[in-house]
Amino acid sequence: MKLESKCPTGPIETRWDRYRFETKLINPANKRKYTILVVGTGLAGASAAASLAELGYCVKAFCYQDSPRRAHSISAQGGINSAKNYRNDGDSVYRLFHDTVKGGDYRARESNVYRLAQVSLNVIDQCVAQGVPFARDYGGLLDTRSFGGAQLQRTFYARGQTGQQLLLGAYAALVRQIGLGTVEMFPRTEMLDVVVVDGRARGIVTRDMVTGAIESHHGDAVCLATGGYANVFFLSTNAKGCNTTAIWRAYKKGAAFANPCFTQIHPTCIPVTGDHQSKLTLMSESLRNDGRIWVPKNKGDKRSAGQIPENERDYFLERRYPAFGNLVPRDVASRAAKERCDAGHGVGPTGLGVFLDFTESIGRLGKHVIEERYGNLFQMYEKITGENPYESPMRIFPAAHYTMGGLWVDYNLMSTIPGLYVLGEANFSDHGANRLGASALMQGLADGYFVIPYTIGDYFGNTKLDKLDTSHPEFTKVKQEVNDRTKRLLALRGKRTVDSLHRELGLLCWEKCGMGRNEKQLKEALAAIPGIRAEFWKNAMVPGSGNDLNQALERAGRVADFLEFAELMVADALERRESCGGHFREESQTEEGEAKRDDENYSHAAVWEYQGEGKAPLLHKEQFTFEYAKPSQRSYK
Amino acid sequence: MNLTLKVWRQKGPQGTGPKDKGRMVTYDAPGISPDMSFLEMLDIVNAKLELAGEEPIAFDHDCREGICGTCSLMINGIAHGPDAGTTACQLHMRRFSDGDTIYIEPWRARAFPVLKDLIIDRSAFDRIMQAGGFISVNTGGTPDANCLPVSKEKAELSMDAAACIGCGACVASCKNASAMLFVSAKVAQFAYLPQGQPERYDRVQKMIATMDHEGFGNCTNQGECEAVCPKEIKMTNIALMNRDFLVAVATAGARQVS
Ligand SMILES: Cc1cc2nc3c(=O)[nH]c(=O)nc-3n(C[C@H](O)[C@H](O)[C@H](O)COP(=O)(O)OP(=O)(O)OC[C@H]3O[C@@H](n4cnc5c(N)ncnc54)[C@H](O)[C@@H]3O)c2cc1C
Ligand code: FES
Repeated sequence: MKLESKCPTGPIETRWDRYRFETKLINPANKRKYTILVVGTGLAGASAAASLAELGYCVKAFCYQDSPRRAHSISAQGGINSAKNYRNDGDSVYRLFHDTVKGGDYRARESNVYRLAQVSLNVIDQCVAQGVPFARDYGGLLDTRSFGGAQLQRTFYARGQTGQQLLLGAYAALVRQIGLGTVEMFPRTEMLDVVVVDGRARGIVTRDMVTGAIESHHGDAVCLATGGYANVFFLSTNAKGCNTTAIWRAYKKGAAFANPCFTQIHPTCIPVTGDHQSKLTLMSESLRNDGRIWVPKNKGDKRSAGQIPENERDYFLERRYPAFGNLVPRDVASRAAKERCDAGHGVGPTGLGVFLDFTESIGRLGKHVIEERYGNLFQMYEKITGENPYESPMRIFPAAHYTMGGLWVDYNLMSTIPGLYVLGEANFSDHGANRLGASALMQGLADGYFVIPYTIGDYFGNTKLDKLDTSHPEFTKVKQEVNDRTKRLLALRGKRTVDSLHRELGLLCWEKCGMGRNEKQLKEALAAIPGIRAEFWKNAMVPGSGNDLNQALERAGRVADFLEFAELMVADALERRESCGGHFREESQTEEGEAKRDDENYSHAAVWEYQGEGKAPLLHKEQFTFEYAKPSQRSYK
Repeated sequence: MNLTLKVWRQKGPQGTGPKDKGRMVTYDAPGISPDMSFLEMLDIVNAKLELAGEEPIAFDHDCREGICGTCSLMINGIAHGPDAGTTACQLHMRRFSDGDTIYIEPWRARAFPVLKDLIIDRSAFDRIMQAGGFISVNTGGTPDANCLPVSKEKAELSMDAAACIGCGACVASCKNASAMLFVSAKVAQFAYLPQGQPERYDRVQKMIATMDHEGFGNCTNQGECEAVCPKEIKMTNIALMNRDFLVAVATAGARQVS
């Protein structure tokens, strides 16, 4: 396998322009002759499906929810970045580019990131034109705020519901095309495999989640925009249905997987309360603007927060990072909290929690100001925990949240299977080893609205595609594979629920491949995963039938894929013997316990190629070069 | 705590024989912790059913954070249950007491047929949106975002309406199964914005026509919809929609000429 990034060369500012000039154009009348399958209709997929249909392509779009309006993108709270510089505070395309490469700890491709920063300008224009009700100031112009420790105010937002409003904007563009008949929408439809004919992606096999029918769809290109895989940890901030199935099946058909170990742990989530816990809830990190994070100085101090006097409190972020204090980046804040809890200073019934305390800011600003800023979050916290955060500090703990890794793509967003494109969180691209707050929404919409419409045309213009339909033997073969697998799952009549096995896998990954990773534990995880997988295929219980709405079967299929994927994630973490971004190898740290990158040996994307059942995957490397953003060690001291 | 559940069970579309009419089935839910969410309580009941080789209770859910609008349970006769401004997935068991009996049913409306157990088909909502729930703008070629100032007040009103999560609780709780709160939320979001003006009257007519066609009833000002709405969408949006609809009908001829 040869990895060609296909990045244009020349001055970085002109690369995207030149690329667009050099691409082949498709005559409008001919676009109609191409069918594009878009799997996933979150921000990335909905924006792509709508934009491609507007251009004249025939689009078929798929999602597992009952409506495209419910994709996981909807739960994003904080905001979306753009280099508009409406604040006159020194922002620019170049600065957003630079911050993103640096924030990603120098593990992303410069050309892609620069393009992202460029089209971030158009994204905001597009959303406003669609009627997205962004926050505004008294003059009627768009308001912005600073987010995730950025020193600029470049984040646009719609109350605490930015993801919802952006998704509803993309959904509106999509339903408009559905109404016009240019997009055919398949909700409650799960993609279970990709069909590759003569080395090119030509279709997919799906399951109708209401009737159970296994169906094939053919097309001239396939776009996967199926989101991230954080649910490999079972407990995460992702929606329950988020899965790795689509990209995992594509991997097994030849699409290389890049940096699977790059996962982001978010520092401010509501702690686990017990074994019944089904997911974790994120509390917006904007809370760190006014809340102070601390733990008791004495180990195992079980007094309530109010009874612990000031001099017995350890404001550990302020202590370790005086310059940034409570506003250090996500990975740094998460690890510091874990370190304190591991050392026995954690609070709450499980000892896995730290205080996020607003007493000082309530005293300084008044309760009404805090209420105005965070009222809905405080209310949500109270609803879930039954505790009033105005009176006693919140308890928070880090949780799995976002995945930077994903299918490898070139500058065109094409995977190593020609004709298979990957958009949004599902690809590995732009965020390197750590994503900055408010940049995922930006990337999803950039990919869908402004990148894929250009790059896919170039593919069609340069490729001669044979006519084919689902009667092609390859479709019959893949459909049969999917049918067999479904039958195998339905034959499982053991003694354990699928959820209990998922939970076991998740806990293992969390403990051994979570916030801190070391060789010994990663090797233990690698040894343990096949055992859980074997247990699944021997002792799981999957009731019900295939020709029916069967949620137990849906879950089983997803967990079966997580059980395979987890092994790749851990293997990747073991292979990368450096700390960078969200990946903290305990062997690679400075004397003060900070992450230590190893640019000499690891300035690359680790790109894994599937070699077949039971065989170790093959590792390829895409070397990164930095012509503009010169690598430096991140420091928040 | 120990609870008794009375849950609606109805076979899926592929169920053999004549179409299943559905029935309430009783389940015990012992050992429930007050920290659990309502859906986690159902997970526990389902795990027991699964291990017994029985089909778990099918219910729709995804985000479990009160924002995706997927969960849709009638709990003791109230859409999303007893907590105001809260979806079923955000409802917690500390709201209930040991020994309680809880009735759980799907949304019931002609336009929302049951697919299985507690899962319904809400695609009628998507079809209403397809008819006009958008601003006709293609990708690219849009003016700079700050070319269009919107007063803060209007922007806030627009956002209030846009907060709708499309769950359908309004329809489920209305005796006429009216979708007016849902439709008016979208109509109002755009009516408050300058971008929404060019298609304003066309939009309201098209969306209302589709709403009627899909079999939703009319609004008779009972206010149940507003009372159960997890996002507290206001009925004033319905007033705005009615007014726009009247203007649309009255000016239809003139608008065609101009
Ligand atoms: C709680 C939370 C808060 C966040 N806040 C922010 C924020 O403030 N700012 C920010 O920039 N980012 C934020 N993020 C991250 C951001 O929301 C996501 O990264 C982004 O929305 C992902 O968009 P997407 O389109 O790639 O995927 P998704 O929105 O996850 O969409 C995936 C789509 O794929 C479909 N799908 C998946 N699998 C299949 C399959 N097998 N078959 C068919 N369809 C399938 C789904 O139905 C869905 O339509 C947040 C994330 C979380 C969890
Ligand atoms: S599951 Fe998303 S709103 Fe309840």
